[in-house]
Amino acid sequence: MQITGAHALVKSLEMEGVEVVFGMPGGAILPVYDPMLDTSIRHILVRHEQGAGHAAEGYAHATGRPGVAIVTSGPAATNIVTALADAYMDSIPLVVITGQVARPFIGTDAFQESDTTGITMGVTKHNWLVTDPNEIPEVVAAAFYIATTGRPGPVLIDLPKDVSNAMMEWHWPESVDELDLPGYHPATTVDQDIIEQAVDLICDSERPVMYVGGGVIKSNASDELLELAEMTGIPVVTTLMARSAFPSAHPLSLGMPGMHGNYTAVTAMQRSDLLIDLGARFDDRVTGRVDAFAPEAKVIHVDIDPAELGKIRRPDVAICGDCKPVIEELIHGLKKRGISGGIDDGNSKVESRRDISSWLSTIYEWQERYPLIYHQSKEGELLKPQMVIETLRELTPDDTILVTGVGQHQMWASMFWKFKMPRTFVTSGGLGTMGFAVPAAIGAKVGHPERMVWAIDGDGCFQMTAQELVTAAAEGIPVKIAILNNAYLGMVRQWQELFYDERYSEVYLSPDLPDYVKWAEAMGCVGMRVDSPNDVAPVIEKANSIDDRPVVIDFRTDAFEKVYPMVPAGASNDDIILFPGQEDYALGVQEAGSSDNVAGSKDEAGAGGAGMTEAGGKDEAGAGGAGTTEAGEGKVESR
Amino acid sequence: MKAATGMEHLHIISVLVENKSGVLARVAGLFSRRGFNIYSLAVAPTDDKRFSRITAVVDLDSAPLEQIIMQLDKLINVVSIDELAPSDAIETELLLATVKSDNDIRGQIIQLVGVFEGKIVDVGIASLTVMLAGHPSKLDDFEELIRPYGIVDIQRTGRVALSRL
Ligand SMILES: Cc1ncc(C[n+]2csc(CCOP(=O)(O)OP(=O)(O)O)c2C)c(N)n1
Ligand SMILES: [Mg+2]
Repeated sequence: MQITGAHALVKSLEMEGVEVVFGMPGGAILPVYDPMLDTSIRHILVRHEQGAGHAAEGYAHATGRPGVAIVTSGPAATNIVTALADAYMDSIPLVVITGQVARPFIGTDAFQESDTTGITMGVTKHNWLVTDPNEIPEVVAAAFYIATTGRPGPVLIDLPKDVSNAMMEWHWPESVDELDLPGYHPATTVDQDIIEQAVDLICDSERPVMYVGGGVIKSNASDELLELAEMTGIPVVTTLMARSAFPSAHPLSLGMPGMHGNYTAVTAMQRSDLLIDLGARFDDRVTGRVDAFAPEAKVIHVDIDPAELGKIRRPDVAICGDCKPVIEELIHGLKKRGISGGIDDGNSKVESRRDISSWLSTIYEWQERYPLIYHQSKEGELLKPQMVIETLRELTPDDTILVTGVGQHQMWASMFWKFKMPRTFVTSGGLGTMGFAVPAAIGAKVGHPERMVWAIDGDGCFQMTAQELVTAAAEGIPVKIAILNNAYLGMVRQWQELFYDERYSEVYLSPDLPDYVKWAEAMGCVGMRVDSPNDVAPVIEKANSIDDRPVVIDFRTDAFEKVYPMVPAGASNDDIILFPGQEDYALGVQEAGSSDNVAGSKDEAGAGGAGMTEAGGKDEAGAGGAGTTEAGEGKVESR
Repeated sequence: MKAATGMEHLHIISVLVENKSGVLARVAGLFSRRGFNIYSLAVAPTDDKRFSRITAVVDLDSAPLEQIIMQLDKLINVVSIDELAPSDAIETELLLATVKSDNDIRGQIIQLVGVFEGKIVDVGIASLTVMLAGHPSKLDDFEELIRPYGIVDIQRTGRVALSRL
């Protein structure tokens, strides 16, 4: 059967089981949009190609299936580069198809020509410039295979207009063996000896911690992780990319490590004698100063990407493999050594294994002593962002998918949200892309129309990609957006306050320019505003009851609020800065405090501890306890 | 010979790549974005026309060899990588140089070329062009010895290498 290259592309997408693509047509991709009219694949017309890319990412994050975007050449291709870079950093499977000028025009600076494969080489797992229409099926099949296997990632297919228009004989590769990929061999089996070595280290450790990263989510290994944790009693920290991999309320859940990690998660890693790294990559936001990171810990590192093993920290046992089968093997290996009970079964008394109970007691003490805390706002004050997040969580179902932008609101969302199910947290980690939330929420909702999708966004971030709410309204995708409107580029403001002597440079936005409610309404959404604590819950409930349109809520939040704890960039994790005054609470100094306006979060406990940083010189230090106003006013309450 | 002097941080990797357009850009791009330094790079076809071979001398001061190999191996068009420790490799390189040679010193230069088993490939009124193939360290020595005469132009290919049998 002779068909056009464009038709072959669309048929190939159908063969790959694609249900939805995000995109926008234009000159060079026009031939592809004609057969799009006759396919069952849903096309969602975005308002900016960056939105198409992030929506495809949100879809992939939430469903585990590859996200697909189709855009034209030149400016459209460059518009989607940010999303490719974001997906590359966070290992999100994406297939992006770009139009290209016709072959005879390539290299002539033709209208809307850009060197798309050249530009995207460093931010894709692989890319192709298709020069022969007969190759289209193989290229598409290879694109999906490469995007979704091994360490997932984005790929790009650049399709010249004349290749789309040319005729080809339709065919479809029966299996991946038919694809010409002599250099691609994603990791497969794991060597038993190495598993045994890992089991030895686990049995021999007294202060083990599981350091869980996005690989566990990608590998759908949450159940296995839970089993491993419960059978060994080893506590679990989950990185930003893995927050939903382990239930927040579980007694072994220590929460998030790193620059804005809580005291217990950060310190447990620092003091640990064994880090069991499952699909995490020793990111600088987690390690702080690398040479001071977890100095006494041996490391078992499990990663599907062999290049991660030893890239930052040399592992004692390196396991190249997919987290799920590797964790299964570890469970099996541990059972063979007689370790099978639960945390309360005292299996740490098993002869073949060292006792970790005093380590767990130490950890529980830290949790008691240094919970995550914040002050509730007083009469007439603006909302506390943490309170908005906690209230939102209480009022939404457990399977709600939470999406965030990048900044303070993102950190608070990650810290204060209680996760129960995997793939319920969609955030831009590695690249830290402002503007991610709105389009990614749309993609997540398209992937899970039956579930509630909430974005917690910053006022700065929202302004970068808000136009995609027009897409959402037009396509009937009822996402909900909570803007934590602090009228600032808050995270940057925080750094300027702490590290640049409160010299605020270009961080003020405005609480009411733009008017977010009117803007939402203009985009076909419901817009609401909340500035009093009493209205937080009722307005969220109202938003939850709306299912025919997107909803935007403008929460007026306190700009003075800072994200604590914090490890200053480049500092050691031992120099964690606590919530101002928390050390005093912890030491019981403030027992007499009368007010009850300190909220604490007991699960995944707290912050604080290693002493307020002494200003150790340089511009990175000196922030310890720089506390604003009410340090030391109340006593810690857990709830 | 002073083969290894100051060169311990250099290592040869021999990379078999698919013969597809853009492959060299992918390899070079990877080196530059990961901050790996290349000391020399040579590319040539192999007996199988589907593949080419890139011989790169990498600077291990910039990154551990293992990282360089692992990252390269992630490129889809990279088929296989052999690392050649200098002691296990047969290495060779080609040098072309034009050297100033007035009448009175021409003889000395010709003698030097003879000692190094090189060849005079072109003769001008006041200069000579010589060609020399051999181990890169031998080329280094030769270069040093002809430098005082005045090098007008010099080109080296970068080394190619195969592992010893
Ligand atoms: C595209 C992009 N530009 C700039 C930055 C740097 N940056 C990081 S956080 C931030 C402020 C975000 O402000 P907002 O969305 O209001 O969130 P807040 O921190 O106030 O919660 C900025 C500018 C970034 N991460 N991404
Ligand atoms: Mg803000």
